[in-house]
Amino acid sequence: MTKDYDDIPGTYIFDGAHSRKGYYLNMFCMSLNKAENRDLFRVDPMGYLDRFPLTPTQRQAVIDRDWLAMLRLGGNIYYTFKIAIFDGLSMQNVGGKMSGITEEEFKQMMINGGRPIEGNRYTQEKN
Amino acid sequence: MAKIIAGVGTSHVPAIGAAVDHDKTETPYWKPLFDGYKKAREWMTETKPDVVILVYNDHASAFSLDLIPTFAIGVAPEFQPADEGYGPRKVPVVEGHPELAWHITENLILDEFDITIANNMPVDHGLSVPLSIMCDKPAKWPCKVIPLCVNVIQYPQPTGNRCYSLGKAIKKAVESFDEDITIAIFGTGGMSHQLQGERAGLINEDFDKKFLDDLTQDPVGLTKISHTEYIRESGSEGIEMVMWLVMRGALDDNAHEVYRHYHVPASNSGAGLIILEND
Repeated sequence: MTKDYDDIPGTYIFDGAHSRKGYYLNMFCMSLNKAENRDLFRVDPMGYLDRFPLTPTQRQAVIDRDWLAMLRLGGNIYYTFKIAIFDGLSMQNVGGKMSGITEEEFKQMMINGGRPIEGNRYTQEKN
Repeated sequence: MAKIIAGVGTSHVPAIGAAVDHDKTETPYWKPLFDGYKKAREWMTETKPDVVILVYNDHASAFSLDLIPTFAIGVAPEFQPADEGYGPRKVPVVEGHPELAWHITENLILDEFDITIANNMPVDHGLSVPLSIMCDKPAKWPCKVIPLCVNVIQYPQPTGNRCYSLGKAIKKAVESFDEDITIAIFGTGGMSHQLQGERAGLINEDFDKKFLDDLTQDPVGLTKISHTEYIRESGSEGIEMVMWLVMRGALDDNAHEVYRHYHVPASNSGAGLIILEND
């Protein structure tokens, strides 16, 4: 079904379809709230991932720290960011990776006022 | 009788809390933001509300995808800081107000707001950062806090209009509580920001400033902003601003602005703060 938010560029709306697809991926991320689980994931990442019925592509996206792929596969940023916290990465690092720039460039973009809204409302707009 | 005397709208960016925790508020990056918080902290010290009803959202801390209440109220005597993956923030335990919280809960449900009741609800940065912004770094928070948690992560979030109506129902409930105490209500989150996707880093300063203006000039107009308009105009996480409308609904229609501060950036967000008082 088409939605009226489908034409917002570079944005993954965490709606029902998305949530259903990403349930186990997000619940894996959620498990990292517990210190004992973080320890287990640190010691044996693959063994720890085996506990969650992720699809092979979701599992690979986690291993690759492919933040965009995780979003496309049903991840929600508040959940997937728990992997970044685990890795000691900042929101600007992850934001840069998702938008194809470096952490420093992303930080500077924010200091300059952020990504502008002009040209970024609709997918059909050209920057 | 109990009375809501004021409302505060504020962002709750986790990095703001981290700046307080690690004494970085005077660094060149953070100073302009925290300089603007000084007046708000003075206001908080002078106003001394007995209770703060704190409208915030949980970020995969107390609630996961297993259970997603649209609105939940904390009725416990205390609320522990949640571990969000870094270990819990080293901030004071939040002291609740179970009598008032239950009074509000019972009145809301009889008023047809079927709110979820939470006795055990660890609270994350969504709740603790606004307290750090308004109260700095005390050994104990200066007021009791009733957490009111709103789902803004799973689409669809409650509408702005529903949030505003909830605020009105909270006001009615509070005003029938038979104790002479003063209450402030905080609406938190936002302002424009997008954490995810290729459009991460989006800021819309014009949208944010108009939102601040309309809290006094046209609050009913704000209740008509659709989900897609929030997401398109203020970023996918900008929709958190519906929580400010719970606060606005709980104030008198003619509440007036006493202070505001706006700064870009706080981490990935446009950081806003506004204080509104009833006449």
